[in-house]
Amino acid sequence: MSKKIEQLLRQGAPHIQAAGDEAVAAARRVSERAAAEGFADISYAPVDSPFGTLHAATTKRGLVRIAFPEESVESVLERLAQSLSPRIVQAPASLDLLKRELEEYFAGRRHEFGIPLDWSLTGPFGRRVLEMTAAIPYGGHLSYAEVAAEAGSPRGARAAGNALGSNPIPIVIPCHRVLRSGGVLGGYGGGVDRKRWLLELEGAL
Amino acid sequence: MSQKLAAPTTTSATDPAKPPRSGPRATIARGGLPPFQHFLDAYREDVWRFLVSSAGPEDAKDCFQETFIAALRAYPRLRADSNLKAWVLTIAHRKALDVHRRRAKGALPVAEITEASGGEGSSPAEARDETLWGAVHELPARQRSAILLRYVADLPHRDIATAIGCSEEAARRSLHEGLNKLRKVIA
Repeated sequence: MSKKIEQLLRQGAPHIQAAGDEAVAAARRVSERAAAEGFADISYAPVDSPFGTLHAATTKRGLVRIAFPEESVESVLERLAQSLSPRIVQAPASLDLLKRELEEYFAGRRHEFGIPLDWSLTGPFGRRVLEMTAAIPYGGHLSYAEVAAEAGSPRGARAAGNALGSNPIPIVIPCHRVLRSGGVLGGYGGGVDRKRWLLELEGAL
Repeated sequence: MSQKLAAPTTTSATDPAKPPRSGPRATIARGGLPPFQHFLDAYREDVWRFLVSSAGPEDAKDCFQETFIAALRAYPRLRADSNLKAWVLTIAHRKALDVHRRRAKGALPVAEITEASGGEGSSPAEARDETLWGAVHELPARQRSAILLRYVADLPHRDIATAIGCSEEAARRSLHEGLNKLRKVIA
């Protein structure tokens, strides 16, 4: 009889059939509320794009990370947890503005992003390079050497290339607009095909 | 918001060979706490089942929110090797206890625990469930919590002790006494 009681207890109170679904819904409410009421430091969500599903993360200050589809969401979030804060929740509403702007951008209707950015993942030199990059107008491009010079770098094009290669917010910070001298495409964190695709979208090629 | 944060780190001074690690399903990053969302996804079902069984389906909803929001607020202060499952169930246990206290003071209507089942045409199995769970809710708080943490949330004795704030031996005793009472009702 004792084993029987233990077995019954393990099943939980009679109403917890479908406990899985209800737990999922309850957890979703926790995440949404945590983001809306400011208990979470970072919100993330999947975002559709012509490249597949991107993942974007925002802090209270602004957009902090965009990950390409082939990046592991788990490890992107783990790195954010370690470098910024582990208070990370999935909360799509926090990224609605970004979704709208990206949609317009990919449709060719938006030439500049208006959402605020959070530079916390970037060091001082990288930030100067990326700010220079963000100032390159839609349809334009610069060379690595030009960006390095503009950023006041004694370290030259290679250092600028490294900073661009670790751009945490690709597409919105348009590192695809920086090419090798002579108009050769050069590298791209998301793959050169995507770089070409973005430059063609912008009419730069 | 009064849960003690340091509680369930479960340092095993008695057994250094087995350092307490986080629960089996927590995906711990190298050396850091997992992103809160991963923690929430890993334990939402244990916490939900525990709260529904302890506080009933209606109060479970509020308790669940309060539990995980409290956990989120305290989260960055946790040690990375904390036993996350025991920790979150400790918070859930305290939230459920608050509900039982409020009910005991008459501030809330009597538990809705049994109202969904029962009624005229209930089968023998339903009647048995009703009797059993009615009896669970009649148990003294510590015995009830020990039983639910053991069987519904599947916590080991050591973590039950941490959650309800007693020695491991006292937790075992509560569990044993609670089971004995249930056996009398069901047998």
